[in-house]
Amino acid sequence: MEKKLSRLLIHTLSILPALWIGWQIWLWYSFLPHELSANPIEYITDFTGNWTIRFLLLTLSITPLVKLTKWRLLKYRRAIGLYAFLYGLLHFLNYMMLDYFFNWSLIIEDVLKRPAITFGMAGFAMLVILAITSFKFTKIKLGKNWTKLHQLIYILAISVTVHNYMMVKADVLIPLIHATILSILLLYRLYLNWSKRRERAKRQLA
Amino acid sequence: MLIKIKNSWDLSEKDVTSEEDFFSRRDFVKAAGIMGVGSAVNLMTPALAGAYQAETPPSGKYNGSDIKDEQTVLSAITSYNNFYEFGIEKDDPSKNAHSLVTKPWNITVDGHCENPGEYAVEDLVNFNALEERIYRMRCVEAWSMVIPWVGVSLSQVIEKLKPSLSARYIYFETLEDVEQMPGQARNIIQWPYREGLRMDEAMHPLSIMAVGLYGRTLENQNGAPLRLVVPWKYGFKGVKSIVKISFVEEKPNTSWMRLAPQEYGFFANVNPAVSHPRWSQASERRIGDFRRRKTLMFNGYGEMVAGLYDGMDLRRNY
Ligand code: HEM
Repeated sequence: MEKKLSRLLIHTLSILPALWIGWQIWLWYSFLPHELSANPIEYITDFTGNWTIRFLLLTLSITPLVKLTKWRLLKYRRAIGLYAFLYGLLHFLNYMMLDYFFNWSLIIEDVLKRPAITFGMAGFAMLVILAITSFKFTKIKLGKNWTKLHQLIYILAISVTVHNYMMVKADVLIPLIHATILSILLLYRLYLNWSKRRERAKRQLA
Repeated sequence: MLIKIKNSWDLSEKDVTSEEDFFSRRDFVKAAGIMGVGSAVNLMTPALAGAYQAETPPSGKYNGSDIKDEQTVLSAITSYNNFYEFGIEKDDPSKNAHSLVTKPWNITVDGHCENPGEYAVEDLVNFNALEERIYRMRCVEAWSMVIPWVGVSLSQVIEKLKPSLSARYIYFETLEDVEQMPGQARNIIQWPYREGLRMDEAMHPLSIMAVGLYGRTLENQNGAPLRLVVPWKYGFKGVKSIVKISFVEEKPNTSWMRLAPQEYGFFANVNPAVSHPRWSQASERRIGDFRRRKTLMFNGYGEMVAGLYDGMDLRRNY
């Protein structure tokens, strides 16, 4: 019961930004007053890009939270990761469909010639791979390799944080906050790794 | 009179417009006629009102602007601004700029000129010579607007100040006062905001000093009480809320050049062939449109301004 409730809560909270932006886009298409500013497509880019990063950072926070608080959160990690994918997909689709309207030559030029976009694209490609291998049966099928594959999330997160930092024009405060949180989460992994190795070494000595 | 060209992707534009706080020039003239100018809208001087009643471009002297493009709705022009002095988000200036006090307002003029000193806005800008100029405004961020400015040629202002021959550039500064400009509490760029033009660019008849738009006094978020408009350059050249004008020999080191010299140059001419390192400048989104449109060389003013850059490599002098 309790588990069901918290699952419901997590899904409700996670889908809210998507529902809100969907509603605003509907208002915009209906020529009604909306919150998307005079340049709705740019607003949608920023909104979805930022929510993608937030969900990625949340996904990466699960392990540290579990270790530090003993909360049993691991079972929600996949769902939260998939929300990162959902917002990443919206960010990507907005770029392809609304912003560049399938103008492939411009899109390809952007991806190849502009490192900021290359980092975003690489991040999105990794996110797709992680999402489609996130099912239980792929996990069983891939066995040990699954864990290895899903360590891509570290590279992915670094790549999109670089993308975020490069895309803003002057005020790098928000991307720096993202980068700081990411660094803490990654350093924590290094620490875990190091202490595990020390444990092992100790045990071998004993 | 406006000639409105409809593009296939513009089809819903009129609907959008009718929903918003928009009045066309024609509506404005009607309103002014019926209700008595001044009460209808926030007009600044009888002279300006007179010009509007006449329904001709107020001075008709130089009509270099292309007025066939549909004008951007007023509510977008006043709510979607890059004016970091009032915050970094596009809607921050419209929320925060009320703290700016534009009356009285003095402009310090110095450098190589015969008439340096402190000037009130009215001393620099001849309010009896105000003209309407409907210009495209292309932001370096790849969006654009069409704005009916009200102002005077910058050359008129400069002639009053009588620069000497050693003045090769004109330099401008925005107000720096964190009390009135809360965004200056953070050092996003080095305050005050600095801009400049080569003298021949400044004297070009397309360059104006604007004090209004849509027939009304400038809103603070649009750079009240006076700002520069140079329509063939990216919008950031249009320095707002000017408090200082200097005539100098050396090319000024402008704000965006200081921040990222490899991305923003002194000239900042709109050029679809020279991309920003992080995004393409080949296309733009006109605010209110759905699809992007091609960006025009010199923002469509090439015929009038290309001569200023004869023999220059515009790839290097971006
Ligand atoms: C899935 C991984 C991605 C993440 C987490 C991500 C995240 C972000 C973030 C946080 C921003 C900054 C928003 C702001 O200025 O506040 C941004 C901007 C942007 N992203 Fe991404 N992005 C990703 C992938 C992509 C891809 C694949 C593309 C296109 C191929 C792309 C295109 C853009 C563009 C064009 C902007 C600039 C928007 C603007 O002009 O303000 N991103 N992204």
